[in-house]
Amino acid sequence: MAIRDRIGGVQIGGRRSLTLAATASGKEKSPLEKCRHPSVLGADPMNLWKHYHNAQTVTDALQVLAEAPGRACLIAGGTDLMLDLQQGNHPPVHTLVDVTAIPEMTALEIREGELFIGASVPHARITTSPLVREHAAALATACGLIGGPQVRNTATLGGNVGHALPAADGTIALTALDAEAEVASLGGRRRVPMDELFLGPGESSLEARRELLVGFYLPLRGPNQASAFKRVMRPQGVAIAILNAAVWLQCDDGRITDVHIALGPSGPVPRRLRNAESVLRDQPYDEVVVGQAVKALLEESSFRTSRHRSTQAYRHHMAGILLEETLALAWQAARERISR
Amino acid sequence: MNLLVNDKPVEIEAQPGETLADLLRKRLGLTGTKIGCEEAECGACTVLVDGEPVVSCTYPAARASGKDVLTIEGLATVTPSSHKRVRVRVRSDELGVELHPLQEAFITHGAIQCGFCTPGQIMTAYALLEKNPDATSEDIRKALKDTLCRCAGYPSIENAILAAAEAMRLGRPVPHPQVDLSAEPLHTIGEVTIRPDAIAKANGKAKFTDDLVFEGMLFGRVKRAGVPHAIVKRIDIEKMRSLPGVRAVLTADDIPGVNAHGIVINDWPSLVGVGERVRYVGDAVALVAADDEATAAEALRLIEVDFEAQEAIDNPVQAREASVPQLHDRGNLLKHIKVRKGDLAQGFADADIVLEHTYHTQTTDHAFLEPECSIARPTEDGRMEIYVGSQIPYNDRHQVARALDWPEERVRVIGQLMGGGFGGKEDIAGQIHAALLANATNRPVKVLFDRHESLIVHPKRHATQIRVKVGAKKDGRLTAVEAELFGDTGAYASLGEKVMGRATTHSSGPYDVPHVRADCYAMYTNNPPAGAFRGFGALQGQFAIENMMDRLAEAVEVDPVELRRVNALKVGSVTNTGQLLRESVGLMECIDKVDQELRRLCEQEGIGDPFKPHGVPDAPHLSRSWGFAVAYKNTGLGGGAPDKAGAEVELYADGTMEVRTASAELGQGLVTVLQMVVAEEFAMPSRQVNVRVMDTDLTPDGGPTTASRQTYVTGNAARYAARTLREAITTTLAEKYDQPPDEIRFEEGLAQVNGHKVPLGDVVDFMRAEGREPRAMYEYWAPETKPLGEGGDMHFAFSFAAQAVEVEVNTRTGEVAVLRVIAANDVGKALNPLGLQGQIEGGVVMGVGHALTENFIVEKGIPFTDHLARYRMPNITQTPEIISFIVEHPTGDGPYGAKGVGEIVSIPTIPAITNAIYNAVGVRVDRLPVDQEFIVRELGRSGK
Repeated sequence: MAIRDRIGGVQIGGRRSLTLAATASGKEKSPLEKCRHPSVLGADPMNLWKHYHNAQTVTDALQVLAEAPGRACLIAGGTDLMLDLQQGNHPPVHTLVDVTAIPEMTALEIREGELFIGASVPHARITTSPLVREHAAALATACGLIGGPQVRNTATLGGNVGHALPAADGTIALTALDAEAEVASLGGRRRVPMDELFLGPGESSLEARRELLVGFYLPLRGPNQASAFKRVMRPQGVAIAILNAAVWLQCDDGRITDVHIALGPSGPVPRRLRNAESVLRDQPYDEVVVGQAVKALLEESSFRTSRHRSTQAYRHHMAGILLEETLALAWQAARERISR
Repeated sequence: MNLLVNDKPVEIEAQPGETLADLLRKRLGLTGTKIGCEEAECGACTVLVDGEPVVSCTYPAARASGKDVLTIEGLATVTPSSHKRVRVRVRSDELGVELHPLQEAFITHGAIQCGFCTPGQIMTAYALLEKNPDATSEDIRKALKDTLCRCAGYPSIENAILAAAEAMRLGRPVPHPQVDLSAEPLHTIGEVTIRPDAIAKANGKAKFTDDLVFEGMLFGRVKRAGVPHAIVKRIDIEKMRSLPGVRAVLTADDIPGVNAHGIVINDWPSLVGVGERVRYVGDAVALVAADDEATAAEALRLIEVDFEAQEAIDNPVQAREASVPQLHDRGNLLKHIKVRKGDLAQGFADADIVLEHTYHTQTTDHAFLEPECSIARPTEDGRMEIYVGSQIPYNDRHQVARALDWPEERVRVIGQLMGGGFGGKEDIAGQIHAALLANATNRPVKVLFDRHESLIVHPKRHATQIRVKVGAKKDGRLTAVEAELFGDTGAYASLGEKVMGRATTHSSGPYDVPHVRADCYAMYTNNPPAGAFRGFGALQGQFAIENMMDRLAEAVEVDPVELRRVNALKVGSVTNTGQLLRESVGLMECIDKVDQELRRLCEQEGIGDPFKPHGVPDAPHLSRSWGFAVAYKNTGLGGGAPDKAGAEVELYADGTMEVRTASAELGQGLVTVLQMVVAEEFAMPSRQVNVRVMDTDLTPDGGPTTASRQTYVTGNAARYAARTLREAITTTLAEKYDQPPDEIRFEEGLAQVNGHKVPLGDVVDFMRAEGREPRAMYEYWAPETKPLGEGGDMHFAFSFAAQAVEVEVNTRTGEVAVLRVIAANDVGKALNPLGLQGQIEGGVVMGVGHALTENFIVEKGIPFTDHLARYRMPNITQTPEIISFIVEHPTGDGPYGAKGVGEIVSIPTIPAITNAIYNAVGVRVDRLPVDQEFIVRELGRSGK
């Protein structure tokens, strides 16, 4: 149900290295093999947080974040942060700055020819929003798969992206949809393309305690454009996608005129598969071309084995299938749009 | 901050670090909201915030400022406010309390078993129906996907929600459920009866152990070793002594009595002392009691323990090697179990075909939604009360008393409602630790496991390696079965010997085989202990043989159903332990029932051979097929163990009865059965019978709740106690009215004496006037059994089952979905149809989980599965359609002919799934859980 397994991560505004991921993957050597769970180790004396601030505006949030004595952290849905705190994967903080009630960050609307989705909009709202379904079907689908029904009522898109995980469903969809993130600091605002938002696994390019994600701008869907999202899971162990794929494409009577492909995890950061895109662009949609795209995608991806989740070989096997299937969904949707 | 809770304004300041669940439970006393995991995984803590269901365990309390919170307690009575729909409320005449239609439907449709998940289910469903009054099954499954029910009565939950939705839409009473009844219902037995605890479980009033608070109560925590194998060199508790709020810290030296517990063998130290051996990560090295949970947790952190690491033994085959460290004085071999029948060499010589294969089954966790909780409370008269949800209250009393070095009578176990057990609440969890701390502080102490501690500490299902070799004639008739089993019993014996005993005796299946030899090595390792878990070895043993039977069917070209028929046990057969089956063997009827339904469905759907692949239109990558398997499972302890239960029945002046026994109710419905049994004997309404269970001061010992035995053994005790009381009442009335005893009848709570209708309550005075108490106690002894190896009756009854399972395999991804299950179970007599339905649904779903989703992963003795996010149990979307047939071959000594059903159902589901996978895509799965990567690899290898 929770969005991901506990391997540490970044919140909407905070950069944090994955010290605990090393523990989880067994890299940290100790003389004794030990259970590291707080149930075994005991807990830190402090409460998980001392002060909780329900921010009213972005500026209010940034000010409190900057000025809080001791450790401070943004909290949106908190479905991951709360677990990290409770399970000792995140050190206790002095101040939690809640951004879920900031009107600007909960907006979901068309703004000057773009779709704006506030970072604090919960997944349940995104997945059922007619606007998102119309303009960003891949994102609507992805957000409907993240977590479970209850979690989707609190977990936010900003949180999903802020973790900077290479296979976050929302991030992959946004990447294919060519979204831009709006980042605020007390000094002003900037727009960051999804591609530039991530430095490494679990590490975003945002400055901790100085910046936060306000929301995302997505291009509106053109008449011959469509997008789709699909993922592969396994029923045992951790509930993170083995692979997920998002495809946005534009078509023209039997041809793909433009296409964006994002596949996670196919590298350390969420990214587009530009070689596969080039193979498909301005080509007829047929088995041969798709086969070439799969080949290109496999060449430009690097798959890892994730313990108890997937082998590298299975990811390799599934990547092509997933591209084919997601492409087919997007193609079909785009064709339906045209024929309407 | 200000918020609305159940429509009442509440002004309260959120505390640092506080979750909404904690605020509701601990500060507002709304304990109907349950905590199952604190990981946003299980959904038990679901409440509505501004109309949306959220998991309150990870919802910061401070965020609820200004919001509108609705909990289970408010559902029936909350008044509609502007942004909410008008709620339809009913006052159910039948139930006599005001309930929301959802609550009523959950009660009447049997959607409530242990009840721990019920508030979360109802709140999630309520949110759905508020938004979508026309919710379909698909909508329900989507909305409830992450509101887990481990009793897994998902079909009943779905039906209850549909029924409530209909009632709310039409403004009518909640429609009654469709329930399979006994073919021959009696007065009460075999008819639909509502659980006596259902209403409290539906409206949030039911108290589980963690819901209890005592004045001055301390919070106990256990310092766990955290290492799988080591010698403790030093335990330093000095740093924490100075921590304010710490009231006691105890190590092994502080135990007044015996520092070892166990159900069969006392090999499990309550605390591992300096110089002693740590055998698994969950071993306890120190205990603390503090004023609050945070202090107790901090105290744990300040305890320093030095270990000298030892090589960890992580599998039972390795454990049997001579060169590895020996974990116990007796060595690593807990037990070598042998089954011998006939002459194996002869059996294989007689065979036309011999097949051999090795199977592996994984460790699984009970994952009962209520984590373990014990409260020990010293009384003013120098006794100790233990409040705990335990499957064996009298054994807890014995073990706690031994640890305290007290006579048993000084300890009173007061069993609480249990949020599921499934075998996982038989061993001691926190009972001894809580008692030691309470004894040291003279204050009540609560020891509550969080989910992580629960996963790490309590005994699991045995992982096994089973090599099975079968010999058969050309027509499929078995001539010989040989099996070699290794069982991983982990660090301590628990019930390992018994579990692996059942694995061994069930390893040649429910078949009449002339020559059998089975050897099992139950081995100690440094993994978490393994013990009882629904299916109790019989599950593992029959996974192997039932897969092998399908290989055999293929090899001899006999239909898999026919192969089972040819070999099935029947009346007159002799089992592999030399037991002549004289009665109550309904296996053939189970096979026939399932087979008929399977052929009927296939014909209807235009499918020729159900066991061949059938495609899915427009989806060439999907392949479906059916698989078949059968099973049997002993009822009762057997093997020569004295199997008895006591029950007491008392009549009160208001005409009600009370039935008392210490047998445990863990959700399975024993309390309903006991109520029904007494009602049956007096032909009175069951709601006039109260049930009191699990109190060692007030109720007689009913023995352990294990081995599918309670309906049979305690059911019988209640039946005979009721009959004894009935006879006493008859005697009194006969004398008073000067009538022959056989002219006295009982009807609707009245005694009919020569035209007089005497209210039963009046008899109380008549009896007292004669100097007799209006109660009767009966200790029922089940028929004697023989130890394994001696032949004769090893068990007094067996249940039988057959199942056909339809799967769909995705040949691209290797993913497997279970679509439909046809199940037939020979239960002797269906006493409690709603409870039976719950057992069948839950059994099938748990089987699906065992086959496809569940895996407790341990690496070199360290659990990888240390939180619930890593242990996936089936949810409602993974629940197949279940078509159930009840088969009733009564057993002579069982109550009204009944035998156990608690464990049998899961057993055939698992091999039927793997057999179906082979039939669908040609891949033989011999290792659980089914791995989709393996299927893809095998398909790639075979070029399919």
